[in-house]
Amino acid sequence: MKKSLTKGEGGLRPARGDALVERSDRRSFLTRSAAVTAGLVAGAATAPVVRAAETAATGLPAWSKAPGAPLRAYGMPSKFEEPVKRVVTSGYPTVSPGTGSSLTPLQLLEGTITPNGLHFERHHSGVPDIDPTQHRLVIHGLVKRALSFSPATLSRYPMVSRTHFVECSGNSSRNTGPEPLQVTCGTIHGLLSCSEWTGVPLSLLLDEAGVDPAATWLLAEGADSAAMSRSVPLDKARDDAMIALFQNGERIRPEQGYPMRLLLPGWEGNMNVKWLRQLKLVAEPMHTKDETSKYTDLMPNGKAQQFTFPLGVKSTITRPSFGMTMQGPGLYEISGVAWSGSGRVARVEVSTDSGATWSDARLQGPVLSKSVTRFRLPWEWNGAAATLQSRATDEKGNVQPTRQTWTAAYSAAHRYHNNAIQTWSVKADGSIANVYL
Amino acid sequence: MSISRIALSTAFAAVMLAACATERIEPPISKGPGLGQPATAAEIALLDIGIAPSGAGLPPGSGDARAGAKVYAAKCQSCHGDKGAGKPADALVGGTGTLASSNAVRTVGSYWPYATTLFDYTRRAMPLTAPRSLSNDEVYAVTAYVLHLNGIISEDHTLNAQTLPAVKMPNRDGFVDYSKVR
Ligand code: HEC
Repeated sequence: MKKSLTKGEGGLRPARGDALVERSDRRSFLTRSAAVTAGLVAGAATAPVVRAAETAATGLPAWSKAPGAPLRAYGMPSKFEEPVKRVVTSGYPTVSPGTGSSLTPLQLLEGTITPNGLHFERHHSGVPDIDPTQHRLVIHGLVKRALSFSPATLSRYPMVSRTHFVECSGNSSRNTGPEPLQVTCGTIHGLLSCSEWTGVPLSLLLDEAGVDPAATWLLAEGADSAAMSRSVPLDKARDDAMIALFQNGERIRPEQGYPMRLLLPGWEGNMNVKWLRQLKLVAEPMHTKDETSKYTDLMPNGKAQQFTFPLGVKSTITRPSFGMTMQGPGLYEISGVAWSGSGRVARVEVSTDSGATWSDARLQGPVLSKSVTRFRLPWEWNGAAATLQSRATDEKGNVQPTRQTWTAAYSAAHRYHNNAIQTWSVKADGSIANVYL
Repeated sequence: MSISRIALSTAFAAVMLAACATERIEPPISKGPGLGQPATAAEIALLDIGIAPSGAGLPPGSGDARAGAKVYAAKCQSCHGDKGAGKPADALVGGTGTLASSNAVRTVGSYWPYATTLFDYTRRAMPLTAPRSLSNDEVYAVTAYVLHLNGIISEDHTLNAQTLPAVKMPNRDGFVDYSKVR
C-alpha cells in the first residue's frame, strides 16, 4: 500500500515525506485502500479463466474499466478528500452560532493559494445573504461629492489583481494559553489564508469623490447585521487598498464579503471589512468597538497598544506537524508557509535541534509582497527525537520572535498578533506534538 | 562601451529593478470611468450611524439608568446575564483595576476608553438578533444603565447628545496610539 502512495517511479528515490500519514486523513486513506482491494477482488471473481492480455486488464481498478461521471456545472473535490475541511468554532454556540471563526486546514494544503471554500472565516453576526442588485457602496463624509456605487457599476472600472494573505489578528491565539494544545497546525494558525484578489483600486474612487484635505481617516462599515466597522488611515486607503470583487477568479464568496470587501494588504483581517457598504471620510478615528474593546494589545503594565495594523513577520512548518506520523527514518521534506504584513519574506530558517542551529530553507517563487511564501527544506530524519522550528525574516529586517520574547511583550491575557515561532516535537516513535520553547 | 551607453544601461537596469521591486509591471491605474452616482441624503442617513468620541453623530433623545434597567431586562439580559454579569455572551461589568495583573479582565467598565463607543455599538449591533430595533431613547437609557452598573455614573444621570461624550471612562488614558508605527 505504501508503494502506491510514493512517487518513486523512473529511478527517482522515493520521497519518504510522501509516506507521512495525516491522522485526520486516515479515514480517506483507509477508504481508498478498501476501494482498491474491492476492485481487485471483484475483478478476480468475475474473470476466473482468461488469456494473458486480459489478465492484465483484470488487475485494473473499476474506474479504469467503465465510463466515469458525467460533466457538471460546478466542480467539487474528490469524495476521498472529504476530511480536508475547516475547523469551525463559535464562542456563542447557543445564542449566536454565526459569531465565531472557521480555520483553514493549513497542514492538508500545499502551495500558497487557499481554495475559496477553505478560506478562513471570522464573522461577528453570521454571513449575510446579499442581493448584489440592491447593494451599494456609499462614499461620503469629508468629500466634495458623496457617491454611490453598485457592484455592477464597479465591475466597469479598471481592475487590478494582487495575491495577498488575509490573517485575523486573533490567529494563533490558541498558542497563548498556559499549556500547548495538541491540535493541528490549521487549528492553531489557520486564521490565515491567501488568495488572488481582483478589484478596483480604492484611490480611484476616492479621487472621484474628491477627498477634503481635512480628512485623515475613513470609517469602513459592512452590511452584515453587526454593521462591523473599523477606522482606516487615509494614507493606507490611498496606498494599496482595493475594493475586492473577485477571489481566485470567481466572485468573492458570501463568507468573504460578497459582493465586495475592503482589502488592506498586510493589515489585520478585521479591518478588511466584508460586505462593505460605506466609507465615511473623517478627521479622527471613530474608536469603534472592534478597535477598542477588541483587537487592541494589552501590555504587562496595563496599557494597551491601539491601531496596531500591520501583521508581524511569521511562519510555521505545516509538514511534518501535529497529527501526522513519521514513517521511519529517511528523507523527508520540511515544508511550511511564511508571510509578513510589511512586505516580502526575505528568509526562512529551519532548526531541527530546538534552535541551536539553523539552515536556510528554499523559498519557492514568486515571493510576493504581503503574500504567503512556501518554504521547503530536505531533511534526513535519523529516527531520533527532534524539535522543528521555522523563523522568518522579512525584507524590512523584521525577524519572527521566539515565544519567550513575544510573551514578555504582552499581558498574560493578551491574545492578538501572536507571531511567535511555532515548535513541533518529533518523537522517536514518529508521533509529533505541539510544544512551547 | 561609451559612458552614455553605460549610464543608459544602468538606468534601464534601475527601471527594471524598480519594476520588480513593486511588482507593478502594468502601469498604475490613475483614471476611472467616473460612474459613481450622487448618494442621496436618504441613502446616507440610513447608514451614517457612527458616533465619534466628540459626540458628533449623536441623535436627539435621552435616557437614564432607571429607564435603562427595563430595556436591559427585556432586550439584553438573556445573553449578557443579570446586571451585566455575562454568559452566554460577554460580561458588561467588572475587571476595574485588573488590567496590569496577570488576570486582566476587559469590560466596558474596566477597558473601554469612550462612552460614545457603547452607544455606537449598542445602536448598530445590539440586541444581536434585532439590531437597529431600539429607539434612540432606549439606546441612551440602556447605555446609562450599563455605565451605572459599572459605577461610572449615578442612577439618575441623564444621558443625551451633550452629557454622553462628557462621561469620563476609567480607562480613558489606557491606550497608546500605534497608528503611526508601521
Ligand atoms: C442574542 C444574544 C444577545 C443579546 C440579546 C444582546 N447581546 Fe450584546 N452581544 C452578544 C454577542 C454574541 C456579543 C459579541 C459580538 C462580537 O463578538 O462581535 C455581544 C456584544 C456586546 C457588547 C460588547 C462587549 C464587549 O466587551 O466587547 C455590548 C456592549 C453589548 N453586547 C451590549 C448589549 C446590549 C446593551 C443589549 C441589549 C440592548 C445586548 N447586548 C443584547 C449577544 C447578545
